[in-house]
Amino acid sequence: MPIVEIKDLRVTFTGGGKPVPAVSGVDLEVERGETLAILGESGSGKSVTLRALMRLNPEGKSRMEGTVRVAGQDVAALGRRELRAFRGRTAAMIFQEPSLALDPVYTLGQQIAEAVMVHDGCSRNEAMARALALFERVRIPSPERRLQAYPHEMSGGMRQRAMIALALSCRPQLLLADEPTTALDATVQIQILVLVRELQREFGLAVIFVTHDIGVAVEVADRIAVMYAGRVVESGPMREVIRRPRHPYTIGLLRSRAHGALAKGARLETIPGAPPDLADLPPGCPFAPRCFLATATCATTAPGPEPVGAGHQARCLRVDATAALLPAVAEG
Amino acid sequence: MVMQLPLTRPAAPVFERSEGYWSSVFRRLRRDRVAVAALAVILAIVAVALLADYVAPADPYRGATLRRLRPIGTAGFPLGTDELGRDMLSRLIHGARWSLLMGVTPVLVAFVLGSAAGILAGFAGGRINTVIMRSVDVLYAFPSVLLAVALSGALGAGLGNALLSLTIVFVPPIVRVAEAVTTQVRGRDYVEAARASGAGAFTIVRVHVLGNVLGPIFVYATGLVSVSMILASGLSFLGLGVRPPEPEWGLMLNTLRTAIYVNPWVAALPGVMIFVTSIAFNLFSDGLRSAMDVKR
Repeated sequence: MPIVEIKDLRVTFTGGGKPVPAVSGVDLEVERGETLAILGESGSGKSVTLRALMRLNPEGKSRMEGTVRVAGQDVAALGRRELRAFRGRTAAMIFQEPSLALDPVYTLGQQIAEAVMVHDGCSRNEAMARALALFERVRIPSPERRLQAYPHEMSGGMRQRAMIALALSCRPQLLLADEPTTALDATVQIQILVLVRELQREFGLAVIFVTHDIGVAVEVADRIAVMYAGRVVESGPMREVIRRPRHPYTIGLLRSRAHGALAKGARLETIPGAPPDLADLPPGCPFAPRCFLATATCATTAPGPEPVGAGHQARCLRVDATAALLPAVAEG
Repeated sequence: MVMQLPLTRPAAPVFERSEGYWSSVFRRLRRDRVAVAALAVILAIVAVALLADYVAPADPYRGATLRRLRPIGTAGFPLGTDELGRDMLSRLIHGARWSLLMGVTPVLVAFVLGSAAGILAGFAGGRINTVIMRSVDVLYAFPSVLLAVALSGALGAGLGNALLSLTIVFVPPIVRVAEAVTTQVRGRDYVEAARASGAGAFTIVRVHVLGNVLGPIFVYATGLVSVSMILASGLSFLGLGVRPPEPEWGLMLNTLRTAIYVNPWVAALPGVMIFVTSIAFNLFSDGLRSAMDVKR
């Protein structure tokens, strides 16, 4: 049984005037020990989907529909107390900006010990011992001293390691990572990715990794889900999606990468237009206005998921047309 | 895929305790000469106030008509005498008690009440926030001096009422600061991170909100002490606070006012004390503010 099962998840923000459907009908599954990368640009609903898994979207200002089951528990039905036990223990999260996600007035040791004590009710000494073990595990040099350090005294990479240690402190089964490498240097990025990979194998963690960086997704993921305008437009095994993309948006994303050194004077390919206003989506495919393959039907008919390979789906009416493009994409 | 380095742990790990938050604040504060000087002045005044009975050379209440308004430097009366012939030095020393009481108590009480209301408003948000903040705005609409005078006047003269009215004056600004800082902290990633790791609202307030909010509010409140002293002096000056013959600085300034043409230096002394004390509190509060800025 998969550890994460999302069926027809809809999250609507109702804070402002017009309700904004940030996520509209997402289906996802993640197996134990598997890493799923959710790929998408800003506003595609990837972070909202991730937060919905822990019910972290503001309760008063958003509405959540559909089923979200994590480790057999229906997340929407959890009571206050169960939800507190669920967060941190079943699922834990690491954030994009570790300097903001760590409390500046407490030492790292205190913060980890606090989380451990809240969940396990153990003594401060035991909690600190666990924090030390975790610091060693995420390979922070001179961990004893670093436990006594404040977040601002550490480098970005060390802070993110500490953040990971904090997330793992209550031995979760599912790790949610919200662009954890975006704020880091390229060299530090790869170290953190390697670390996440390694911890994931060691603890048998399921990882959901939200990113807008295809390179990062390729580095960590077993499977990839590409999101656009609040829905998953393409999902499948990592290699399959990267080598044989079938949704025009994925194709556009892959083409708009700078592969290695771009020849001088060569233009970077881009996807024309801008992401749609979520509060005012077109009736058909939300990508149609920017799509190079769009037909008149695309503007009126919303596509359903089309199977295009083993475990590979694309939400596009023109998967036949994209199939014809395959050699061109693979060569690029 | 990851290289295994032959890691050997040292037999005895080098365990060097890094300094705590408050000791690092203290270290930075110590380097700030102005703040240190201001603190020294405050401590000196507090010490003198506490030891007034031993330090004061004479009885602050005993006067003599024959030696009224002696100038500064008179033998036996280093700072002269007031309009009833009482020793100015002793009266200033005893006055420190009253003035500190009037300066610190309202701020302290307002700090507790205002922080509680402000943090509640900031953290709860929504309707609770509106109710608390709009009620505070009503009090805020009056200039603080006017409000203090009006409240004291309405409640009647006397020390207790003066303290009460000053407290009421200081609650609104503290609530505002507390609410603003709490609202800011509530939106921070580390609060969401805490929520994501299973902390309840109570834990978040106790650990993350209080830890980040009390410092700034405290700094702000320290700055209010000088305002409180000046307002208290003003109330006493108007006859709404401490009553004669108690040696409160504001009251002394009032009663000596008539002597300003006879002996201006003596008449100015209580004012000098109010000035020195309040500026010391202000400078100390400034120093504390910059010392508590962790990220420097």
